Amino acid sequence: MNTITATWNRIIKRKPVEPALESDMEKPPDFKGEVKPMNIPPGDPFLAYLHASNGVIDISELKLDSPTVAAMREDGVRLVLPLVSQGELIGLINLGQRRSEQDYSSDDKRLLQNLATQAAPALRVAQLAQQQQAEARERERIEQELRVARVIQVTLLPKEIPVIAGWDLDAFWQPAREVSGDFYDFIHLSDGRYAVIIADVTDKGVPAAMVMATTRSILRASAEQLVDPGKVLARTNDLLYPDIPAKMFVTCLYMIIEPGSGKIVLANAGHNLPYVLSNGEVTELRATGMPLGLMPGMPYDELEATLVPGQRMVLSSDGLVEAHNDQQEMFGFPRFKAELAALDDGVDAIPAVMNTWRDFTGENHEQEDDITLVTLHYSIPGNGNGNTQDWSLVTTFELPSQPGNERQASQRVLESLEPFGLPEPQVRRLETAVAEATMNAMEHGNIYQADLPVQIEVLSRESSVAVRIRDYGKKPIKDSPAVPDIDAKLAGLQDPRGWGLFLIKNMVDEMNVKQDDHHHTIELIVNLQD
Amino acid sequence: MDTSTFSAQVREENKMAVIDLAGLINAQADQVFKQAYGEAEAMNSETIALNFSAVDYINSTGIALIVELLAQARKSHKHLIVYGLSDHYVEIFQITRLADFMDIFEDESSALSEEVRTQ
Repeated sequence: MNTITATWNRIIKRKPVEPALESDMEKPPDFKGEVKPMNIPPGDPFLAYLHASNGVIDISELKLDSPTVAAMREDGVRLVLPLVSQGELIGLINLGQRRSEQDYSSDDKRLLQNLATQAAPALRVAQLAQQQQAEARERERIEQELRVARVIQVTLLPKEIPVIAGWDLDAFWQPAREVSGDFYDFIHLSDGRYAVIIADVTDKGVPAAMVMATTRSILRASAEQLVDPGKVLARTNDLLYPDIPAKMFVTCLYMIIEPGSGKIVLANAGHNLPYVLSNGEVTELRATGMPLGLMPGMPYDELEATLVPGQRMVLSSDGLVEAHNDQQEMFGFPRFKAELAALDDGVDAIPAVMNTWRDFTGENHEQEDDITLVTLHYSIPGNGNGNTQDWSLVTTFELPSQPGNERQASQRVLESLEPFGLPEPQVRRLETAVAEATMNAMEHGNIYQADLPVQIEVLSRESSVAVRIRDYGKKPIKDSPAVPDIDAKLAGLQDPRGWGLFLIKNMVDEMNVKQDDHHHTIELIVNLQD
Repeated sequence: MDTSTFSAQVREENKMAVIDLAGLINAQADQVFKQAYGEAEAMNSETIALNFSAVDYINSTGIALIVELLAQARKSHKHLIVYGLSDHYVEIFQITRLADFMDIFEDESSALSEEVRTQ
């Protein structure tokens, strides 16, 4: 213990404070009436004296060249009682002159020593409680900062899963701690293609999260300037290398997808291999390259493949496969692949895999590492209700969610269908149905957020054409919207509005609705007449 | 943003109040349409005719607006008729059963002659 703080005048007082102490009768003759803390500097010999002493110290008789002792004498301190708890000096009781102005007797000193012996443990308990409160406040502050860090980090992840014609994308991100070194990203490139990224920074928590933020920024900037995935990773590696802390690196898979053709091009910086799922088979796509940030000037192989309709891809970080259960068994790649291979066509991969993973690790599992999963389901032609194999894509486009754009949607759909020679009444019905469905998508699905587009696909097959209108499903669809009843409306018993879905259903031959966690799709089918 | 507009002009034709509608009947048409209807009702003619000849588009919100005005007409004991609807919107008036409550005429002359005949 280097410094001791004592507030001695509080201890000297034995009667109520001023004004009683103001009287000459009660006020000790040399009492200064101040309350001040006292710090004993580490080099002061009085400190060594206190440690060696085992009882009441009479300051007036103490022969010690100590600035603290001199200050005490000046302040009228006569006796000092060291408070010792479990061999540790934890404080002092300083006393001024007796009010009777007589010297302290031996009995007084014995009494004071007993008092000090009993007061010390109580003081120690109070000190520990105070210390714990301070530590709790500090922990709360750190936790609050981590919560803010997590909020900031989440803003660096995609706010929405992109709507891409013919593709169903999904993502899952679960940090082991408040913040994560894992991340994923979707970038809509200026040429209409999309970059899909999954990455994992070594370690976890705050250091990993900071490297994650840097890596994401470099990747995004590189993706805008470079076309080839290998070059994007090479540039990111060279820019990251000088600044990344020692012993840290980033594994990263960077993949470009061409929405219309199913073609993918990927490069891999030491990340888990991506899987392609097809008819119960799981295939790895292997491209090699060093993790980012380890060595400058690294090349990255590129791999090209073309998905066929119905195939899925699954990208993952190692937190999933490297998790252990209570028996210290690892989840492992074989189990992961077996789970993917067993997936039925209509079953979403992420919830299925994560349910199996949770069953494996158990309820009380403390997550060891961050987990990220990204899935891509290629389903052109068609992706609406499972009956998709014979559809051909006529056109696809998207429109921002702005009032009035529903008419533009129907005009573009009708233009694309001109070669099919629909009769005029059918054209007008489809015009109304598409406009109503687009208006619903903008108003309810995307709550008129201009940055959330409505995605429209026009498809055809031998006997019919289909229009699929997809939004972000911000408001859930009602299972069975009330059928508008004009008698009730005219009687004021039903809202005059609520005609949209009713009109759509009556304008087309078939209407299907599909909703998943991210999107809502309405499919309008019009049968072609001979 | 769709910049197309809606307009509604009120006139009297052979003791019949006529509202000439033009443009798009959607949410943006609400105020203008209701104001014109109010003016037509104030003319004290028994029949109010909605002329849709220059209407390009009616959406579900526009249908709701017409339902509101029809309810108001019934309360005021006004006879609301329509003409000038395209075949597509005649079909919509039939599907929504608006046609059960409003006589639909092809054009103004047929509307007027029918009104004269029934008076």
